Amino acid sequence: MSVGIIMLVHTAFGRAEQVARHWAASGCPLVIHVDKAVPRKTYNAFVQALSDMSDVRFAPRHRCEWGTWGLVAATQGAAEIMLRDFKAVRHVYLASGSCLPLRPVQELIDYLGKRPHTDFIESATTADVPWTIGGLDQERFTLRFPFSWRKNRYLFDKYVALQRLVRFKRRIPNGIVPHMGSQWWCLTRQTLSAILEDPDRRVYDRYFSKVWIPDESYFQTLARQYSRQIESRSLTLSKFDYQGKPHIFYDDHLQLLRRSDCFVARKIWPFADRLYEAFLTDQASAMKRTEPNPGKIDRIFAKAVERRTRGRPGLYMQSRFPVEGRENGLTCAPYSVFEGFSDLFENFQPWLARMTGMRVHGHLFAPERAEFSDGQTVMNGALSDSAALRDYNPRAFLANLIWNTRGERQCFQMGPRDVLTDIEWDIVRDPNAQVSVISGAWAVPLFKSNANFSDIRREAALLQRIESKHLEVLRSQWIKARVRIWTMAEFIEAPMEPLQTIIDEIGQQNLRGLAEVPRMADLTGFGQFLQNLKNQGMHPYVMGDFPVEQGMNEPQSNPRKPYLVR
Amino acid sequence: MRLRRKRAKIRAFRKHFSLTPVINRTDRIKPGDVLLFSTMRDEHIRLPYFLRYYRELGISHFLIVDNDSTDGGGEYLAAQEDVSLWSTKSSYKRARFGVDWLNWLQGKYGHGHWTLVVDPDEFFIYPFCDTRPIRALTDWLDTSQVKSFGAMLLDMYPKGRIDAVPYQPGQNPMEIAAWFDPGNYIIEKNKFYGNLWIQGGPRARVFFPDNPKKAPALNKTPLVKWDRRYAYESSTHMILPRGLNLTYDEWGGEKASGILLHAKFLDTFTLKAAEELTRRQHYSGSVEYKAYAELVKDNPELWCKWSEKYINWRQLEILGLMSKGNWA
Repeated sequence: MSVGIIMLVHTAFGRAEQVARHWAASGCPLVIHVDKAVPRKTYNAFVQALSDMSDVRFAPRHRCEWGTWGLVAATQGAAEIMLRDFKAVRHVYLASGSCLPLRPVQELIDYLGKRPHTDFIESATTADVPWTIGGLDQERFTLRFPFSWRKNRYLFDKYVALQRLVRFKRRIPNGIVPHMGSQWWCLTRQTLSAILEDPDRRVYDRYFSKVWIPDESYFQTLARQYSRQIESRSLTLSKFDYQGKPHIFYDDHLQLLRRSDCFVARKIWPFADRLYEAFLTDQASAMKRTEPNPGKIDRIFAKAVERRTRGRPGLYMQSRFPVEGRENGLTCAPYSVFEGFSDLFENFQPWLARMTGMRVHGHLFAPERAEFSDGQTVMNGALSDSAALRDYNPRAFLANLIWNTRGERQCFQMGPRDVLTDIEWDIVRDPNAQVSVISGAWAVPLFKSNANFSDIRREAALLQRIESKHLEVLRSQWIKARVRIWTMAEFIEAPMEPLQTIIDEIGQQNLRGLAEVPRMADLTGFGQFLQNLKNQGMHPYVMGDFPVEQGMNEPQSNPRKPYLVR
Repeated sequence: MRLRRKRAKIRAFRKHFSLTPVINRTDRIKPGDVLLFSTMRDEHIRLPYFLRYYRELGISHFLIVDNDSTDGGGEYLAAQEDVSLWSTKSSYKRARFGVDWLNWLQGKYGHGHWTLVVDPDEFFIYPFCDTRPIRALTDWLDTSQVKSFGAMLLDMYPKGRIDAVPYQPGQNPMEIAAWFDPGNYIIEKNKFYGNLWIQGGPRARVFFPDNPKKAPALNKTPLVKWDRRYAYESSTHMILPRGLNLTYDEWGGEKASGILLHAKFLDTFTLKAAEELTRRQHYSGSVEYKAYAELVKDNPELWCKWSEKYINWRQLEILGLMSKGNWA
């Protein structure tokens, strides 16, 4: 009882010959189908090369274009020859010229010998698996597909659309339930002959010849009709990428393939010399079996597909430049933006760095330069502090900074003195941003400054105008960032509560509360300062209501507790 | 667009009269060969390593235009079995920085082949380039029905003064210029041609911090399955038809891409910069070289604390400078 191999070949004939000899060396008869698109000369040379082998037959040639009936017709023809000429064959294994046996052929023969009635064919109903690409799952069985997807994409699409429009639906013959699966199967003589000798075969053939990708459904469906025992998996390792093309194996996959539990791998790059050398050896020199670990292969290829379809969030690079809305994350990691805090608290930045372990920058968007932490002029990734470079593309600047510092949370100050307009929308649309604002705190440095009052008044009017515009952005309905806004008056009522909330959200393991509070600027007389501005006709409103007099509300009237006692 | 492409083709045709074949071994090109096209001038010192590097990647034939070299580089190339050489004394600038010459040669000899267009100081890196020859990449691109492959220019520089360590013929330039900027690249989309316009790196950081718009473009599409209708429009930064410029994904995914390690900043550079300044044969009045000459005079150090030392393609992949895409 032996295993017969049907081999579909269309290219790399040297390798196909090598593999054919390998199968034959273990006593497997072969029926080879060569694509009709191959020139006669090449075909003849290939036949000639294998002419010394007795158990090799060549099947009538069909044109095998991807996704068309030709592949099935070729397989049928080859299978008929196999069943007719090699009576001893019990299992028929469908393989291609670029398949490579991973384990000694004898192991496969023994394995199948122990399971004489089992058909190994991946076969699942379309309703249950999301394998299909292009959205044609059930429809591939109910519409007609006379046009090639590869060559006549336009007609293909139009014809599908037309059929949808007129609600065309094919009748599925004899009430069979369409199944799909890998086109590489291993069927028993009983099942295969039952399919080929079915009195209704002409009906089925006619039906499937207009189904899309029939090579993944013809045998898969019909095997369900006759098989005594189906094991719905393929013995061939074959990984597909997101476009439905098989992944190719190269020399550097050698160790990976050794850990596969499959008997055959597809598809192998024809120039992968080391793979062919390693696997096409006789049993004696075949490598020691390693513990199978097929999960590793799955992971690698699943990751590759994910990389291609989803990419790395927050990365903008030469081959990933998403249009707006498809970024899958504007930045790659959460970060915090503080507005007004460093004005209100004298030592806010060092305090925050101590409390949270974050990288705390100054005003990254300051007009003079990007104030990186610790006064650095260049940051991770060789990011320059040049304001011109930054403003040339502020969004790239921010995305680069967050990307370059993966693993370390970033935090920076912002305020109405900064170059805001080009970056504010990017920040509020970014779910990774945590924005905390004390509105009106920009007045504190003015209050502390020694400038002429008329200059202060002008400056205050300008900053207030900028900030109220900015607050509108922060309150827009499009925001995705975590935005919190307090007026200054609100904030100094109970400064620790909001601080604690923000720090908790940043998620450092500071469970026992803040051990230390930042030092607030002395605000004695601030109310009067605001009143003076009002008296000059400049009504400051973004900071909330401050009493003019030093009242009991002023937090500064009580001596501040340096430590929070819990 | 069609007109632009035609114009480029016509220019290529006109300019090809200035090319004199020195030695033509193109009859040795076999179907499926990956071909390399390049222009050079006075680059003899770089040639031994350049040829070795690309032979090891699996380049089968080199088609090179020698623009009036005087350092013996032409003779050296002519003696190589896998090189076809043309020479010209005409203006590099008026041949649009060599593009016209190469467009013509590619149209004539590159049709149906994968063609790689690089300068002698550019070293092509692609995913798995340490284990898979370039043919593996082009075969995979073929099966994926992709016709062009992007590779950003990555400026390499030494630690310390640019002219501190002299470069020896045959030496791997990355032994000296081992450092690069890992994450300060700025990308914009060129809506007209569809390509990405990438700037940044040490040249933007050091030479153009106040005028970033002038910083040189780093986006390139050096590897193309050439068709005689194709034409590079501006160096290898842009190519027509426009579809070939779409070497990036716009829906959040990553396409596979490579890197051109740009070993420009060796000790040979200081000399070259001075020479180019007098020749004025480079882009937009050699503004780039003017800026270099200014700075190079007093402090030719590009290295900074956050520079990264080059290890291999996997490092570049992790940094997000290139991508494997769905090639695994």
